[in-house]
Amino acid sequence: MKSTLRNILHSPRFMVGFVIFMTMVLTVLIYPYFVPRNPLLSLGKGFLPPGTYFSVYDANNAPTFRVELPEADTNRLQNDLPQSDRKLMLDFLKAKGVDTSGLSSGNDKIADLLEAWKANYDEADVKSSKYEGFTTQAKRRALAKLDKKLNDFLSNASMKVIRGEGEDLQEKNVSGTEYTRVDQLANSVSLPLGTDNFGRDTLTELVQATGVSLLIGLIAGTVATLLGLIVGLLAGYVGGLVDDILMFVANIFTVIPGFVLLILIYYSVGQEARGIITCAMVIGLTSWVWTARSVRSQVISLRNRDHVNLSKLSGHSLFRIVTTDILPYIASYVVMAFILQVSSGILAEAQLSLLGLGPKTTEVPTLGLMMNWAKLFGAYTSSNAWWAYFPVILVIALTSFSLNLMNTGLDQVFNPTLRE
Amino acid sequence: MKNETHNQTDTRESVTFGTDRNKDFSKEPLCLSGKDVTRIFQNGKTVTTAVDHVSFEFHKGELVSIVGESGSGKTTLSKMLLGLLEPTSGQIFYRGEPRDISTGAKKRRYWEGIQAIFQDPFSSFNVFHKIDDVLLDCINMRGMRNLSKDEKFAMMSDACSFVNLKFAELTNKYPFELSGGQMQRLMIARIFLLKPEILLADEPTSMIDACSRATILDMLLNLRNETGMTVIFITHDIGLAYYISDSIYIMEHGKFVEKGRAEEVILQPKASYTKRLISDVPKIHEPWDLSTVG
Repeated sequence: MKSTLRNILHSPRFMVGFVIFMTMVLTVLIYPYFVPRNPLLSLGKGFLPPGTYFSVYDANNAPTFRVELPEADTNRLQNDLPQSDRKLMLDFLKAKGVDTSGLSSGNDKIADLLEAWKANYDEADVKSSKYEGFTTQAKRRALAKLDKKLNDFLSNASMKVIRGEGEDLQEKNVSGTEYTRVDQLANSVSLPLGTDNFGRDTLTELVQATGVSLLIGLIAGTVATLLGLIVGLLAGYVGGLVDDILMFVANIFTVIPGFVLLILIYYSVGQEARGIITCAMVIGLTSWVWTARSVRSQVISLRNRDHVNLSKLSGHSLFRIVTTDILPYIASYVVMAFILQVSSGILAEAQLSLLGLGPKTTEVPTLGLMMNWAKLFGAYTSSNAWWAYFPVILVIALTSFSLNLMNTGLDQVFNPTLRE
Repeated sequence: MKNETHNQTDTRESVTFGTDRNKDFSKEPLCLSGKDVTRIFQNGKTVTTAVDHVSFEFHKGELVSIVGESGSGKTTLSKMLLGLLEPTSGQIFYRGEPRDISTGAKKRRYWEGIQAIFQDPFSSFNVFHKIDDVLLDCINMRGMRNLSKDEKFAMMSDACSFVNLKFAELTNKYPFELSGGQMQRLMIARIFLLKPEILLADEPTSMIDACSRATILDMLLNLRNETGMTVIFITHDIGLAYYISDSIYIMEHGKFVEKGRAEEVILQPKASYTKRLISDVPKIHEPWDLSTVG
């Protein structure tokens, strides 16, 4: 037992597969503690490419965000102050009798224009003095609005990021001359893999989808292996009529292509009733046949061994003979079959979901569902959003690869003729 | 040539035999007997008659050998005797009454009276069970589950010393850590603990080297002499059978071609098959007559 364990740990194939697999499992387990966000939460609209995003306002109609960046005043005015406003400023200065010969609405003079405006505009003065062209209430209000707009552009010497209202207000002041990390801002979000078509963070979604898909594979693999094991043990050891009946059922399952059967069952169950457990069970219930057949053939070769005969002569019960004299001899095979069943369960889910027959789409993502969404919303084609499907393909391939690697590694350990 | 062979065999009467040749077992009560026992294997259109209408009588305390070459149906017969295989037709009698092993409970009761040692010691043990478990299981099987730990230990030590093994050295070991001869001796220790009425030894020495073989045979004889159990010794080696048996059954193609007391069968063989078997035994200081082979 100890030496078997040592051999397993010394098998490079098994260890590589095991490390990849465990890395994925650990990521799935640990990631939610660092990013506690709901994976199905929409952060924006449509496919956003990977990057760090600074959210101006939230897609979910959350309270407005206000960002004030005075350091960039000139740039900002150059970019954002429309010509109509500049003209209004010049008109007002002329009306007030300021010398506007050095001023213009051009970008190069914008700083001077601003300075002149700051020096001459005063709301109370405008109200009382009634300058030419600015006698009506509407005109005066337009000036006040313009002043407020400029103040908003230039309000502080530092940058302020405000999120929320009332007591939830989060405020962070950063010196205007400094660089600041975007993730220090309250309303920034880092999206290493961008967003999918619904504006959901692909990475967070992918991590949860990996976990869900692994769970589906695990449940499907357990169901298939247990069922196959029980059928195989009974058919092989008891033999006779029991064998005939069980193998008759197994043969029926063998001749009907499993995938077609899966499609039919999934379709008839209906999408609303398809939770992940249901999906996993259905996959498990249709893929036990090969395990059953191979367990049966191994048990048949074992049941006439001397140690089994001796156990019978010792008066042991059928259950005890099967569990202590037969099961340990095929345990290594069963473990390997289980690993393969998990892998094929994950692939089966991905295939079915890609066809649109996956679990309910509103609760949790799965790897197959993510592929399905990417397909439906044109990530492959029109949007060219590689981040929405390529990482998913990679994870599916890695899972399958690592499980198969573990399987061949174990095969080499248990079957010395395969060792190099 | 053949006469010479017989003369040669005659001189062996001076040899010390493992068994008491003067004892007449036919007066002892019947232990296991069979009438027209037949076993046919059918696989599609292929029909193989492995055992063909054989009848036999094994008496209490007798050491019987069933001799035949490979494929003669010895192992099939032994499986039927053990109750692991049902005869296609014919009846087996246990203690003079028709054997009934129709239910699990009846089978278990029957197996309390009959035990076996198999040909291959390496596959006779479950490799996942320690030697202690194997022997403890025997004690439990005899309904002595409630004995104290020390008493069980003493019983196991006794059994091991009967077969010249030291229990203290075996404890916590797995059977595959022993040599073939040691394993087969452990099997005998198991029988010693179980003390069944009948022991069926299916070629127990064929996979063991010659030195260990003599030890094993001696132990089987001791076991028979001490406990008075009936031993059914199945072998392809007629020389071995002659050395230890009271009666010999010669089996060819599923039939008993000759049966009787050991010296009658060996010294005055009637069937040509028996004669051939006897002449096939290689002898030292004498050219081996291969003319009869095949």
